[in-house]
Amino acid sequence: MLKTASIRLLRPMVMTIAAIIMLTLPARALVEIDINKGNIEPLPIAITDFISGDGIGAKISQVVEADLRRSGLFAPIDKAAFIEKVSNPDASPRFEDWKVINAQALVTGRVTDEGGRLKAEFRLWDTFVGEQMAGEQFFTTRENWRRVAHIIADAIYERLTGEKGYFDTRVVFVNESGPKNNRVKKLAIMDQDGANVRNLTNGGDLVLTPRFSPTRQEITYMDFAGGQPKVYLLQLETGQRELVGDFPGMTFSPRFSPDGSKVIMSLQQEDGNANIYSMDLGSRNTTRLTNSSSIDTSPSYSPDGSQIVFESDRGGRQQLYVMGANGGGATRISFGNGSYSTPVWSPRGDLIAFTKQSGGQFSIGVMRPDGSGERILTTGFHNEGPTWAPNGRVLMFFRQGSGSSGPQLYSIDLTGRNEQKVETPNFGSDPAWSPLLD
Amino acid sequence: MRLTQTQHFSTFSAMRSLALVLMTTLAVAGCAKKNTLPNNANDLGLGANGAQPGTTQDFTVNVGDRIFFDTDSSSIRSDAQQTLARQAQWLNRYPNYQITVEGHADERGTREYNLALGARRAAATRDYLVSQGVPRNRIKTLSFGKERPVAVCDDISCWSQNRRAVTNLGGPSGT
Repeated sequence: MLKTASIRLLRPMVMTIAAIIMLTLPARALVEIDINKGNIEPLPIAITDFISGDGIGAKISQVVEADLRRSGLFAPIDKAAFIEKVSNPDASPRFEDWKVINAQALVTGRVTDEGGRLKAEFRLWDTFVGEQMAGEQFFTTRENWRRVAHIIADAIYERLTGEKGYFDTRVVFVNESGPKNNRVKKLAIMDQDGANVRNLTNGGDLVLTPRFSPTRQEITYMDFAGGQPKVYLLQLETGQRELVGDFPGMTFSPRFSPDGSKVIMSLQQEDGNANIYSMDLGSRNTTRLTNSSSIDTSPSYSPDGSQIVFESDRGGRQQLYVMGANGGGATRISFGNGSYSTPVWSPRGDLIAFTKQSGGQFSIGVMRPDGSGERILTTGFHNEGPTWAPNGRVLMFFRQGSGSSGPQLYSIDLTGRNEQKVETPNFGSDPAWSPLLD
Repeated sequence: MRLTQTQHFSTFSAMRSLALVLMTTLAVAGCAKKNTLPNNANDLGLGANGAQPGTTQDFTVNVGDRIFFDTDSSSIRSDAQQTLARQAQWLNRYPNYQITVEGHADERGTREYNLALGARRAAATRDYLVSQGVPRNRIKTLSFGKERPVAVCDDISCWSQNRRAVTNLGGPSGT
């Protein structure tokens, strides 16, 4: 049952980043972003090149800037407009110089080598109040410089929006290449901004629908190894692969429970229908959660683990249903015009994202867990498979163009206004966002 | 650093893609020839289409190895019933073949649902063959969902060719 795949990680999963809070002032600053407003005016922010001897400071600043820009909540100011040239990040900046170019917030920093380790410091300034809002320093190995940049971007995001960030995260997805009728699919992992792509499988087997564990460096996914399509676990640190459960027939559409203790999935029945089962990863006990002559699939737990949303065609077309975590008593929640599938419960608990098929178009949308407040965020020829950023503010999904082209990854925020392509080396599909890294 | 990595990767995968495209092109060219000039039948002194009775080619060409489905449906259509009746007759005449019925869906659905729909189509096809006297223990089923289209255009003519169940002799055709 245990099988080891030959996957070598190019960088260590666990690394030590020591964070020291340098100074935290009471939150009386004026600069802030109300993320709940429908129409957000991006906050003008000046992100200076961090001082360093060898240009790594500027590279870190660029990653911070790119993260904040892509969020749609910040408008980084062109460096050519900067008046003050910051040379000592420990000293107060000349706030007038920054106010004049309408920088409401300013980021300064420094990167140094400290005994072979990389030390990165940053300070976030409220230019209009003329105060430091945040300041932290991090120690890590040099090759982790991008991660430090994402952590700094998260700190800035959190300080200015009051919400947790999502930049220090990764995405597991299916890296697709080759022609449409002979597509090679590999599991791959990358940073949320598309950097550091690394394949986890070699393309020999068809692989689909990877999902992150909420608690471990582990994913669950579907693999056609040996012509037997089944749900597996893959340990990211060791590359060890393990079959989930000993079921007759195909198992598919896996997802972890919020505490990481269970995998929930569909099992193909002998009559060709599909029902939902959960398996406790500790005891290996399996529980049947639906029992119907229909296709019940794409189960996803509520963040408190008490409920499960899934799709079923028990009423004719695919619709969304919510049931208790022990099964039974499913209530239909989707009633719009069309069919609904791939529901995913937000980590915040307030919304369920889905794919909607209507009028020959495929949309990504959200609704409340009781089915009210349906909102479509993007519509087109084919959009599918949303996944939530850990802060529940942004979704990633894949978009398939018409014809023989392949799918690409996109992100979109909950306003539906900030849609961004996520660059991948080839075609990409089935994205799944990790929790915030530790 | 990221750029270098990406570039290497892209070059590699571009070469790989090119190789695949070439291979596929050759394969398609081969198929096309086979269809118009079936295996040089006259040279081989075989029947009109060149298929030796009881061979995989005989099954594919003279019986028909696949049936098609309506959108979102796993009902066996009347044209499909005729094909499956021929398949059952042939399989009963050549009882040594184990078979795998592969169910497929078109691309106009989400991945998980299509995996399930392909399984439903494979099961419906299996059940029909069993009703025609093929022992159930000779038949395995396998779903590929929308992962293995045979036609890759983006209109109804292609989608209808991809909504299929294919009867493969001797086991699955591989992933």
